[in-house]
Amino acid sequence: MDTAQIVLVVMWVGITLYALLAGADFGGGVWDLLAGRSRTGMARRKLIERSIGPVWEANHVWLIFVIVLLWTAFSGVFASVMSTLYIPLTLAALGIIARGTAFAFRKAAKELWQQRLFGAAFAISSLLTPFFLGTVAGAIASGRVPPGLARGNIFTSWLNPTSMLGGVLAVTVCAYLAAAYLCDDATEAGRPDLAEWFRVRALVAAVVIGAVALGGIAVLRWDAPRLFGGLTHRALPLVIASAVFGVASLVLLWKRIYPLVRAAAMLGVIAVLWGWPLAQYPLMLPPSLSYRQAAADPAVLTAMLIVIAIGVVLIAPSMAWLLAVQRRELRDAETPE
Amino acid sequence: MGTWQLAATAASPADLVAARLQMALSLGWHIILACLGVGMPALMLIIEWRALRTGDADYMRLARQWAKAIGVLFAAGAVSGTILSFEMGLLWPGMMGIYGQVIGLPFAAEGIAFFIEAIFLGIYLYAWDRVPPKMHLLSGVPVLIAGTASAFLVVCANAWMNQPRGFVRADGVVSHVSPWRAMFNPAVPHETLHMIVAAFMTAGFLVAGVYAAGMLRGHRDRYHLLGFLVPFTVAAVFTPIQILVGDYAGKSVAALQPTKLAAAEALFRTQAGAPLSIGGIVTGDRLRYAIEIPKGLSFLVGESFDTVVQGLDQVPRADRPPVMIVHLAFDAMVAMGFLLLLLSAWLGYGWWRRRELPRSPWFLRLAALSGLAAVIAVEAGWTVTEVGRQPWTVYGHLRTSEAVNPAPGLWTGFVVVTLVYAVLTVVTLYVMRLIRWSERPVAPQEPDRAHEPEAF
Repeated sequence: MDTAQIVLVVMWVGITLYALLAGADFGGGVWDLLAGRSRTGMARRKLIERSIGPVWEANHVWLIFVIVLLWTAFSGVFASVMSTLYIPLTLAALGIIARGTAFAFRKAAKELWQQRLFGAAFAISSLLTPFFLGTVAGAIASGRVPPGLARGNIFTSWLNPTSMLGGVLAVTVCAYLAAAYLCDDATEAGRPDLAEWFRVRALVAAVVIGAVALGGIAVLRWDAPRLFGGLTHRALPLVIASAVFGVASLVLLWKRIYPLVRAAAMLGVIAVLWGWPLAQYPLMLPPSLSYRQAAADPAVLTAMLIVIAIGVVLIAPSMAWLLAVQRRELRDAETPE
Repeated sequence: MGTWQLAATAASPADLVAARLQMALSLGWHIILACLGVGMPALMLIIEWRALRTGDADYMRLARQWAKAIGVLFAAGAVSGTILSFEMGLLWPGMMGIYGQVIGLPFAAEGIAFFIEAIFLGIYLYAWDRVPPKMHLLSGVPVLIAGTASAFLVVCANAWMNQPRGFVRADGVVSHVSPWRAMFNPAVPHETLHMIVAAFMTAGFLVAGVYAAGMLRGHRDRYHLLGFLVPFTVAAVFTPIQILVGDYAGKSVAALQPTKLAAAEALFRTQAGAPLSIGGIVTGDRLRYAIEIPKGLSFLVGESFDTVVQGLDQVPRADRPPVMIVHLAFDAMVAMGFLLLLLSAWLGYGWWRRRELPRSPWFLRLAALSGLAAVIAVEAGWTVTEVGRQPWTVYGHLRTSEAVNPAPGLWTGFVVVTLVYAVLTVVTLYVMRLIRWSERPVAPQEPDRAHEPEAF
């Protein structure tokens, strides 16, 4: 393995963590939107708020981490993606602003209308941000981002069948992850009725994802044949694994074995996420730019890996402490009626 | 990267202006929150430490109140910082595509520092009353250290744009990159020191200003007095230090970027015994109507009245920054610094003589505005640094017009982002007011939880 490959793997670990942690936060926002009227939805919203709670600010960092790693290790790829796809990326960034601030501010707001307003901003941006990030993934995967400054079409690069598939999949996967986590969290907080509510939603979301994925096969075959080829050959084991984990999580959800649902849902998402790069390896910007051509000076890659290693040593124990605090918090809290 | 292609078409001049304004707006907004993010943890720790030492309820109330405020401000700062990392690529792909690898290291390290700050702030806010008091206080220390480290690292990256080092460039491609040399470039010491001290001053004066305003409205209790005195004292201690650091920064800029200093002083002619010009209007290649201190600039730069100071005449016209903006911004920064010094001295004198606040109502009126003055100084200082570097984005290597995204429509983005920031500003200020009135926590804390009537 050369250093560029190691950096690629580290970057993809960052994307995976962003999807699993922030993705669930986005999904929480989606369920917040669908939690029902003020009174009936109150307990559900409280649970969502409490589960996102202390970790959400930290989750932003995964995205920053990936962005910084990309611009440092593969500067040209970063510049190409950002300049061609500046419209969906600006919209995603605006969604991040609205989401982060609205979530924090809703807790500080006192009046019902204020909480509704901040809540709506939080929920709607939770829907839009993953959608636009999904369209960006679709644009890259379908080979619509050529290397160079704004060389791709600034509209059709992300308004196309593969990008739409990416956007819809991102939103539904976030919603599913969140519902799966919330079933578990609700049970731990001693609220089986809430777990039941989220269980139904998780089942629906899982079925929708299955349908979208099946339809997506046709879309990719027609719109992104290279990606389709990669997914059905080299990445096929991961594609199958994601299907298996998806079905397994459905069964576990049906049987109400929530802790395992959480694990199965996570593994399913991980399989999908790693299937994509495996399908297009060694290309970073299909159809022609490989990671080797795009990689930075070896001294830069080494320095990055050193800094990241130091970071892991510092962050891992602190993160463990924070998660412990959060879980204790959730267990001790009596969820209000 | 062999396949790297430069822009097919250049950005329109209007789009370049839009991109610069959007970056200025986003940075100008973020810098205020960043200052609070660096400085407020220090205030929070001092006040909680006093609360634990004295067992004083007023101190504890302040500690809780400030922790709440930090929670909200950190959230707003986190998102505005995330946006900036997007904008580096969305607006300036011409720089990032070539130099992203050179400048990436400090940003990566900053990402880690920010992460640690976020984690420990989470622990600090949520673990209150769940861990022993001393332990809780200690959990806040990493917040302060990581926040200060973040400021240092990000300013390292900016310093590199002013003093690019650590690479060889040929035909638009960089090679032989040495990320550590790039990070620890000659502009790092003065830029980072100046900024970190500024952050402590800004946070101190802003927080003190809130309580000064409260006292002016008649809340003359001990709670408000302490809420004013602690942050104001911290800021007042840093103010004279900042003036010395500023002098050092000025000397460094004179040596490293003489063009920037010449613009800041609107000095067109290279000369010995150069005057220090305050204010004035630039017409053509002359500064008119300025107050001049004879030989002042030469003395400040070289500690001798005969030092030769380089003027703008040494630089081709196309390589000069906009002189008027840089000069007025520089004067504004220095003026605010000295006003704050006088105000700090006023409190120091009153306290030394009578152990109380100066009796004149003007002291509190000015103190209430001191935060604003500090913010003006910070914004003006950044204007000097950034506009003074123009027309370069990477000093001497890459022009801003080459760095900007050539995609059409940046104006639209600028308008949308401006509206979003306007809304964000109104909402942040509004929520900060709500926090002042409410005793309800932003982060759930145990004693508040017991009786938490939720109004959904």
